[in-house]
Amino acid sequence: MLPLLRHARYVLSENPVTAFAFGLFAMFLLAAILGPLIAPFDPLATNTSLALKPPSAAHWFGTDQLGRDIFSRVLVATRIDLTIAFASVILAFLLGAVSGVAAGYFGGWSDRIVGRLADTIMAFPLFVLAMGIVAALGNTVTNIVIATAIINFPLYARVARAEANIRRDVGFVEAARLSGNGEARVLFGHILPNIMPIMMVQMSLTMGYAILNAAGLSFIGLGVRPPAPEWGIMVAEGANFIQSGEWWIALFPGATLMLAVFCFNLLGDGLRDIIDPRKRT
Amino acid sequence: MLGQILSRLATAVPSVIGVVIVTFMLTRLLPGDPAAYFAGLAATPQAIAEIRGKLGLDKSLPEQFIVYVGDLLSGNLGTSLSTGQPVVTEIATRLPASAELTLVALIVSAGIAIPLGVLAAVKQGSWIDHLCRVVTTAGVSLPVFFTGLLFAYVFYYLLQIAPAPTGRLDIFVSPPTHITGFYLIDSALTGNGEAFWGSLRQLALPASAMAIFSLAPLARMTRGSMLSVLGSDFIRTARASGLAPRTVVFTYAFRNAVLPVITTLGMVFSFLLGANVLVETVFAWPGIGLYAVNALITSDYAPVQGFVLTMAVLYITLNLIIDVVYGLVDPRVRLDT
Repeated sequence: MLPLLRHARYVLSENPVTAFAFGLFAMFLLAAILGPLIAPFDPLATNTSLALKPPSAAHWFGTDQLGRDIFSRVLVATRIDLTIAFASVILAFLLGAVSGVAAGYFGGWSDRIVGRLADTIMAFPLFVLAMGIVAALGNTVTNIVIATAIINFPLYARVARAEANIRRDVGFVEAARLSGNGEARVLFGHILPNIMPIMMVQMSLTMGYAILNAAGLSFIGLGVRPPAPEWGIMVAEGANFIQSGEWWIALFPGATLMLAVFCFNLLGDGLRDIIDPRKRT
Repeated sequence: MLGQILSRLATAVPSVIGVVIVTFMLTRLLPGDPAAYFAGLAATPQAIAEIRGKLGLDKSLPEQFIVYVGDLLSGNLGTSLSTGQPVVTEIATRLPASAELTLVALIVSAGIAIPLGVLAAVKQGSWIDHLCRVVTTAGVSLPVFFTGLLFAYVFYYLLQIAPAPTGRLDIFVSPPTHITGFYLIDSALTGNGEAFWGSLRQLALPASAMAIFSLAPLARMTRGSMLSVLGSDFIRTARASGLAPRTVVFTYAFRNAVLPVITTLGMVFSFLLGANVLVETVFAWPGIGLYAVNALITSDYAPVQGFVLTMAVLYITLNLIIDVVYGLVDPRVRLDT
């Protein structure tokens, strides 16, 4: 662990962009945890006398058509957006890692089933499949998480399968098997921990996509419902005012969403550099 | 060659079967009563029972599946509740609008991404290389619906050089005679300059928003594969033999580097078809994406199911075409089979 940390510090000092991404990530995390506490206004409180006011000293991001403070809403929305993304990525990891590792290790019919499942999911344009799943399962936040996890599943399953497959006959696995460990123990106690770094990179790389996907679904009216603050919905609400020139309603949540995705993409590239120096860009 | 195309076609069969099973399952996964869903929100119990009989939901699952496949084979995707029209005709009339938008976006995207990637690789470490990196990282981070709105604000509201972001053609311009359904092609064929210019102007913003989103994988792959080809021995030999740099880059390197780029097109289409839905919503584009979104809002499930199926079949077909093109471009693939 210590050499890895030293290596991480080295990479961070060498690569200011990754350090910047880590800083940004810390900021988003803080906003997600403290958001409702530090928001200057109630994100749901309406005040029609203040409706559609451009950014000012009191309302940094302006107010929307109901006079709600956009800054507070953007801040409070961080939690729900990040929660959806984290939950779906973790779910995709659990599904993908377990089935992928098993497929790569055992081969045979388990490999064929997992492979066929992944291929079938990949046969759809992913966002369209997510739409179909949410429409079928019902329009809730949980189902957004499930749909996002399902469309990310093939990526995890394929990586886990490939990594487990090349490790099934290496020395430490043979040793573990010879010392009397059962197959499940070898799989989850010895192989899975060894492919965790690669899976972590995969997770941070798909985080950005998961946020985009969830925001896109709520933009077209699936998942989170108004008046709850969420970046995708806020952009959708702001869309009605773009043609009359009230740009701030859509711009600030949209830009925050963009920044979050950007942060996770940079973070994913940075993590990959730390873990796999050969793929450094 | 024909045999190769046929064998590629055969590999698509399991995908199509998988897609049909998944879209069938999606309807049966509906929590509660699928018949109630299909009947809509304000249906009476009799109407629900009638629909259950009509949909064959009182039969067993395998029987229902056979009925579903039979319907699909006869081109029946059900009926939309809100419009009362068969889903298949609605999708067929709206498909050209979506296809035109997606193809123009692809052309714009490839037209920018491939030269950018080639230049970034040839002049590695220069400002254009950095530009390429910034564009690719920023491009995938931009939510396509947000870029679309931003474009509409800047070019329509502020600069007033773009037309209103609503639909395929200004309401004062009459659409061209229907031949292919693609306004650009139809107006060009009939020599209707006004409609051609009008639809090109309407297309510009949504197509650019989609192009920016799908640019990243293409540019990144072009740069990467150009770099690895440029570093290989046969390029060194070509250079040492005194060939002009232009010939080395375009004739020798690019033709080899373009192969992985063609493979990436599959992913780009997945991006584009998904982005299509969002962009159509922003620009009120009368394509199948907007049709599905409107149906979703009114809990009208048959159009959504038809839309998912159409998109998946389209995507499989596109991947098949990419495979065949790959075989045409790379003679080695043909020799292998």
